[in-house]
Amino acid sequence: MFTRTGARMFAASNTLLHKVAVLGAAGGIGQPLSLLMKNSMLTSDLTLYDIVNTPGVAADLSHICTPAKVTGFMGDDIGAALKGRDVVIIPAGVPRKPGMTRDDLFNTNASIVKKLAEACAQHCPNAAFLIISNPVNSTVPIFAETLKKAGVYNPAKLFGVTTLDLVRARTFVAELKGADVNKVCVPVVGGHSGATIVPILSQCGFTFTDDEIAQLTHRIQFGGDEVVKAKAGAGSATLSMAYAGAQFAFRLMAAMNGEKDVVECTFVESKVNELPFFSSPVRLGKNGVEEILPVPEHSAYEAGLMEACMKDLKGNIEKGVQFANSA
Amino acid sequence: MTTFNAAVLGAAGGIGQPLSLLLKMNPLVKNLNLYDVVNTPGVAADLGHICTGAKVSGFVGDAQLRDALKDRDVVIIPAGVPRKPGMTRDDLFNVNAGIIKTLATACAEVCPKACFLIISNPVNSTVPIFAEVLKKAGVYNPKKLFGVTTLDLVRARTFVAEAKGADVTKVNVPVIGGHSGATIVPLLSQSGFEFSQDEIDKLTHRIQFGGDEVVKAKDGAGSATLSMAYAAVEFASDVLKALAGEEVVVCTYVDASAQGGKTAYFAHLVKLGKEGVAEILPVPSLSDHEKKLLETANAQLITNIESATT
Repeated sequence: MFTRTGARMFAASNTLLHKVAVLGAAGGIGQPLSLLMKNSMLTSDLTLYDIVNTPGVAADLSHICTPAKVTGFMGDDIGAALKGRDVVIIPAGVPRKPGMTRDDLFNTNASIVKKLAEACAQHCPNAAFLIISNPVNSTVPIFAETLKKAGVYNPAKLFGVTTLDLVRARTFVAELKGADVNKVCVPVVGGHSGATIVPILSQCGFTFTDDEIAQLTHRIQFGGDEVVKAKAGAGSATLSMAYAGAQFAFRLMAAMNGEKDVVECTFVESKVNELPFFSSPVRLGKNGVEEILPVPEHSAYEAGLMEACMKDLKGNIEKGVQFANSA
Repeated sequence: MTTFNAAVLGAAGGIGQPLSLLLKMNPLVKNLNLYDVVNTPGVAADLGHICTGAKVSGFVGDAQLRDALKDRDVVIIPAGVPRKPGMTRDDLFNVNAGIIKTLATACAEVCPKACFLIISNPVNSTVPIFAEVLKKAGVYNPKKLFGVTTLDLVRARTFVAEAKGADVTKVNVPVIGGHSGATIVPLLSQSGFEFSQDEIDKLTHRIQFGGDEVVKAKDGAGSATLSMAYAAVEFASDVLKALAGEEVVVCTYVDASAQGGKTAYFAHLVKLGKEGVAEILPVPSLSDHEKKLLETANAQLITNIESATT
């Protein structure tokens, strides 16, 4: 009989499997993200939640020959979608159109995220929450405040997904230097929009001219705009966001399974500086955040970026906190 | 590791986008061209940010089709319209036949030596259509033209594993014949499991009409996209591995005119190699039930193929 060759990773015998939910699973990010989670041997059970179309997406994905069981939930059934989850990934919300900043999404997406946080607090308070919904700089604080109100907030389990900035940094540096992208690593700290994104190019092992640094920094900070513009009204980054979101989820699940030295940059509640939330390298472990590592050493130029970052980020965070405490 | 140039024709569609994502993530792909009639620049910009080795370029509109096909080793074609509830794959014939003809003409001109992986439905007919265009241009190589039936195999594994409470990663079920309804012939007798006749009937039906199951569940919003992307990339990976020198056995819809079977095209067990099809393997011994399925399948396939070649 013929053997199956496809690309399937086999889980180690002591690997734990995870019950994952994707909230916003029928959307532009949600669908490819759900596909990648369904393909992973780390997923035992996958629930897909959205306000429309999830039964169809679930039927589609459920035919794939990987072990994860897939179920779709819609509308009021969010409780059933969240039952027993230990990882909840949230891409729900509206995407940008050309000319919009992530902040312009605030009004719509803030309400969506708050509602989802309330449901998570009720149905799976001990899960790890991976927030993709923009503007992340504000939606993460909204999520935190909502969990606090319900008395279930665990700062070690709340993550703003900034991985796409790291993915872009690696790609753009590899392109510029003609390097193997698999060997490029660039820390990116701060927040997840425009000037709050601080790539630490001085730490990636390549030398750059000042001009290259300025160009690369700008490209990494506004990579999202690049895609929004190229899509000309048809949306924002979906496939690359799905890729990045899944990569972060896989690294977190590996750390939760006991893999050592899993360090990822992610936007978390933090004491590395005076802001309540910040993205810096974080060591992940069985219980989520194990140790927040300091912001890497950086150049004078990058210190300047940090200053601009702190200003904007402070406002973004406060906006989120205020919103969560208002209604 | 040998790496290859791929193109996706229909890359901005419901199948095309997730399929392109999975190819961008595949280490066997060094260069990925995305072609469609709309939106490909945006899809390419999106995918181009992913930190894997494949270089991505977008091509949009008929004027750029030939540029998209330059130097390709593998061309994957999901282009076309999907089914709505109540439609058979055959109902798509008129629209998708025209699309396939246009794409085949360009392929014949620009990259006749590539491997062509046809997803556009109805596969039973679009593959012969593609072949006829290549024949007319004098560049037809039956070893390099494949109708992608992998989703039927994927479904067979999943449904059998569900029915038997088995580890799906260890289930293998060959599926031969064609790629729609009663032309799909799952060989459950080859799976290593025992089934009651009732189980066989139910599983066979579910595998044959798995596509309808998804069309119905999507309620007008489309047909299988994510699972089709998964299956297509499993097959494309196998083709690339074979081109790189590995021996791989798959099920795929190929020119079977040299096999002495009832139909000119048939989804066989096929050994792939550097030249594409290395060997079409003999049909395994069939149960009586499977022999009946095969009879029905052949009769329908003959019609599907005839409508393509007239």
